Amino acid sequence: MEYILIVIAAIFVNNVVLSKFLGICPFLGVSSKINTSIGMAGAVTFVMVIATMVTFLLQRYILDPLGAGFMQTIVFILVIASLVQMVEIILKKISPALYQALGIFLPLITTNCAVLGIAILVIKNNYNLLEGVVYAAASAIGFGFALVIMAGIREQLELANIPKGMKGVPIALLTAGILALAFMGFAGIVK
Amino acid sequence: MAKVESTFKNMTLTLLIITLIASAGLGLVYQSTKGPIEVAQLAKVNNAIKVVLPDFDNQPYTEAYTVKADGGDLIFYPATKNGQKVGVAVKTFSNNGFGGKIELMVGFLPDGTINKIAVVSHKETPGLGDKIEPSKSDFSVQFEGKNPATFKLKVTKDGGNVNAITASTISSRAYCDAVSRAYNAFMKGENNE
Amino acid sequence: MNRIANLTRGIFRENPTFVLVLGMCPTLATTSSAINGMGMGLATMFVLLCSNAVISLIAGFIPDKVRIPSYIVVIATFVTIVDLLMQAYTQSLYEKLGIFIPLIVVNCIVLGRAEAFANKNGVLDSALDGLGMGIGFTLALTILGSIRELLGNFTIFGLRVLPKDPSWSRAAFFHEPMLVFVLAPGAFIVLAYLIAIFNKIRKQ
Repeated sequence: MEYILIVIAAIFVNNVVLSKFLGICPFLGVSSKINTSIGMAGAVTFVMVIATMVTFLLQRYILDPLGAGFMQTIVFILVIASLVQMVEIILKKISPALYQALGIFLPLITTNCAVLGIAILVIKNNYNLLEGVVYAAASAIGFGFALVIMAGIREQLELANIPKGMKGVPIALLTAGILALAFMGFAGIVK
Repeated sequence: MAKVESTFKNMTLTLLIITLIASAGLGLVYQSTKGPIEVAQLAKVNNAIKVVLPDFDNQPYTEAYTVKADGGDLIFYPATKNGQKVGVAVKTFSNNGFGGKIELMVGFLPDGTINKIAVVSHKETPGLGDKIEPSKSDFSVQFEGKNPATFKLKVTKDGGNVNAITASTISSRAYCDAVSRAYNAFMKGENNE
Repeated sequence: MNRIANLTRGIFRENPTFVLVLGMCPTLATTSSAINGMGMGLATMFVLLCSNAVISLIAGFIPDKVRIPSYIVVIATFVTIVDLLMQAYTQSLYEKLGIFIPLIVVNCIVLGRAEAFANKNGVLDSALDGLGMGIGFTLALTILGSIRELLGNFTIFGLRVLPKDPSWSRAAFFHEPMLVFVLAPGAFIVLAYLIAIFNKIRKQ
């Protein structure tokens, strides 16, 4: 039962983008088309879940016993960077089309604060490995969810008459703000 | 600047050297900040205790002991002045907050009267439940100087003496729950002495 | 003096927040008050200054294919140093900024400047560039934080601006601060307008 609560909380109540402010850069950068959004969400989910697993094990079995907690930032980010490299290589082989579509955004998953942020949060919240993985997967789904909704709205916005000064980033941010407002309505559904 | 070739050997060597130097440097900084960090954390706890208890001259942090309660542990920080007991600060909690766990620091005088209550952490709704914080509303002031033996630690809706925060009954109830938990453990300890 | 241009570039013409739109996560997350925004900006500025300087020093010795991981290690080192220093000497600010301090390592501004500038220029220029970008970032965050704190809490840097329950008006506007501005949606909304206004000014 615990796990369902973690999942619901991560996707709706404390949405990683709209509530925790993680992953904003790709959120603003990729969310203009629904297709790329879905591809990005998938890649982020994959990296996030595996990164959380690897960093958790490293923290538990190497950093903590050695009292080297202060190496957390360096170790975690190197793990993430390597994982993204691997994903790039795999994706190039399996689906060159998706690889092309994602373009520059793929290596940018390394600097996606959501991936590093969730990895650190799992340690901070004292989750065990299974809880951590569930939390990471749910957060990634929340990220994808917000991303796709945003893309849907932005595709429609393209057709609207927006004042010149608000075009591009400002209107995207404003939309995100209204989305965040909507998601605030989910507060309290998880005790 | 001459460019270094990207051979496997060069790449691994460079990365290794950089990481080694970084780790060594960090280790140094870590060692030299370890002391100040502990001092800062100690000061934080001490300040929280100072807020809820009358004057004391001992180090409650060093004399702290844990008491098991339903759902978790409470931490007791006894305070004395000139060897005389002036009170106990109890770090308590409630899992029934609207947004999750609420942690309070309750200052009890030796006879069980509540001196003052501070909020350690909470996840309540801003503008509503977060009024349990002393800086946001006077909700916590009604507990000061009251003895739970006569002041029922329940909201008026549940038959108690506590005026709940408007539109935040759940947060108010959880707050009372945390204070009761602290009081019950405190009285149990007093009766055992 | 071209040197000075390195410094001023990051403050206005290429302000990382309003123009380059980089480092959005901490910008939105840590600006619920002016002091938090300023603290975050200064911590990032420290990292920018140090990492730009060091990277420009060693850039020539790093094989091209491992340059990104190498830069990341350097940046992560300075981020951890800031983290430890803040934990020791500015405890309450450290707690308010939370995970966003270690997240400076993935702040696109830092890696971005290392890749775009520091590895091609001398130490002094790179240091000035990092400093300039840091100042620009701090200014942006402080402004954003101040506006959000003013509207959402009626305070600035912790000082109350409007007296509590003024008797000269019954309008709710003066009695209850607009809470939404210190919450998530408010961050997005205020930043949206700030960027729009900044762009308008720049285009004049």
